Amino acid sequence: MPAGTLARTAVVTVLLLFTLLALPQLISLYYVDTMTQVGIYAIVALGLGVLVGRVGLVSLGQIAVLAVGAWVAARLLFATAQPYPVVLLEAGLFTMVAGTLIGLPALRLRGLYLALITLMLAGAFSIVLATTNFPNGGHGFLGYNGSLVRIPPIRRPDIASGDPAYFRYTVIVAALMFLLVLAHIRSRPGRAWAAIRQSESAALAAGINTTLYKLWALALASFITGVAGGLYAGAVHYIYSIDFPAQDSIILLAVVLMGGAYSLWGAVVAALLLELLPALLNNWGVPADWLTILFGLGVLQVLTTAPAGLADQVPRDLARLGRLLLGLLRRPASAGSEAQ
Amino acid sequence: MIEIAGLTVRFGGVTSLDSMTVSFEPGTCGLIGPNGAGKTTFFNVLSGFVRPADGSVRAFGDDLLSMVAFRRARWGLRRTFQTEQAIEELSVFDNVALAHERSRRAGPSWRHDVLGAISFVGLEADPRARVSTLGAGQRRLVEVARAVVGRPRLVLLDEPAAGLPDDETENLAAVIRRIPERTGALTILVDHDMSLVSACCDTTAVLDFGKLIASGPTAQVLRDERVIAAYLGTAEVL
Repeated sequence: MPAGTLARTAVVTVLLLFTLLALPQLISLYYVDTMTQVGIYAIVALGLGVLVGRVGLVSLGQIAVLAVGAWVAARLLFATAQPYPVVLLEAGLFTMVAGTLIGLPALRLRGLYLALITLMLAGAFSIVLATTNFPNGGHGFLGYNGSLVRIPPIRRPDIASGDPAYFRYTVIVAALMFLLVLAHIRSRPGRAWAAIRQSESAALAAGINTTLYKLWALALASFITGVAGGLYAGAVHYIYSIDFPAQDSIILLAVVLMGGAYSLWGAVVAALLLELLPALLNNWGVPADWLTILFGLGVLQVLTTAPAGLADQVPRDLARLGRLLLGLLRRPASAGSEAQ
Repeated sequence: MIEIAGLTVRFGGVTSLDSMTVSFEPGTCGLIGPNGAGKTTFFNVLSGFVRPADGSVRAFGDDLLSMVAFRRARWGLRRTFQTEQAIEELSVFDNVALAHERSRRAGPSWRHDVLGAISFVGLEADPRARVSTLGAGQRRLVEVARAVVGRPRLVLLDEPAAGLPDDETENLAAVIRRIPERTGALTILVDHDMSLVSACCDTTAVLDFGKLIASGPTAQVLRDERVIAAYLGTAEVL
């Protein structure tokens, strides 16, 4: 293994261990819940990153996809006694099929038109959700009973019923989703996606079935977003349709672009911006509405100065700052040697 | 060999190829003509990017037009583009592997084949280097390596020497000349550089306004009066 890869693996392992073992001990329950949401939305951002950054498909309907996963998981968790990982898998697979079917007609569209179609589908879906509601322990296909007096909470895995434990559970599932995406990017699909994003003609000329690989990307993004929906269901215990407004998909695209759609770290940065930042502002008494303006400026900043996002820009700028400081430290010494 | 019969392409009211009938024999063949003559359109028809209004293309006995674009590549059709299309985000190795890992003819020695193609085109870059770090000439060579890796049957080179300095063009000419003997592929070269075409091609076909105006041994074709007229214009005095 090359030294760079080894160092990177080591850094990721240490960070992951810190997040799993130390972080929940260091922060209050308020922030444990917030960080659980960060873990969930990191998966959602990763899914959109695959579509936008790898294949060049701009979707403005990812929050609706998340809602599908949450709905399926909630329904299954009320209806069955299946172990939680099985429910997550089923939520992922169902969302994968649904997301891919919706994407099928969208395959002929790109850019603005695809974005518009996905936004409209998401809008339509949120209307459907508002009328059918999320399952709340009722019977029938929809599992909703409007006259329930005491609504049972959506269950969590037995090993992770407390908030810190559920946070750890979320981080492990998120890490698995990141590994799944990484395995794709480093192998045949990743090469095919890179070719498609740069030039569909070049991809076809290399024998790549561009339709298949676009569908594959849609399927992968929908699958992990569906799993994230399953994690969301257990995290919040009670789900309402207003939790998934269609416009959140636009904010999601903004933070994914800010974080960096081309790197896996970008998804983590995006989730921190989307979930941790509002929680911090809330704690400090600053209205979270300021964030909309901040995200607007942030996207502008990223698109003009750092197309690869903060995950690429910040390390680069830090390295430049380091060199600058090092240069400043050395200068007096060399000036002194010249004087001699 | 490839037999083209009555190939016609129309874009709205413009006829880009006008019942083109020609056959290409094994070896390296040139395809020349002034700008807008239909050379790239012809390549795009072969690649499956443009659907012809009429005509047929038989390559080594197979009906090329009945296959979708990516299947033609797997069948053994490879090409380079007028504006070079090496994939920036991928390494040199992955760029070449991209075409080879999907070819039906890739065997267990495919990694070896990829490295072989990179050294065949004379690319002196680390195979692990990202294409975005390479210069223009090296990127061209990556694209050529992608076109010749494994056992292609038909290689289309669309102005591979465009924008290259003279010494790099000479190296490229040497590579192009050796493609048929190394891979057994029939190679068609489109270029405006007549010295490159004469150096590489035994036979040459000439297109003008979508019509085939000459074909045959290169030296003979380049002396043809109609060809000279097509390039330089006629000396009619009004």
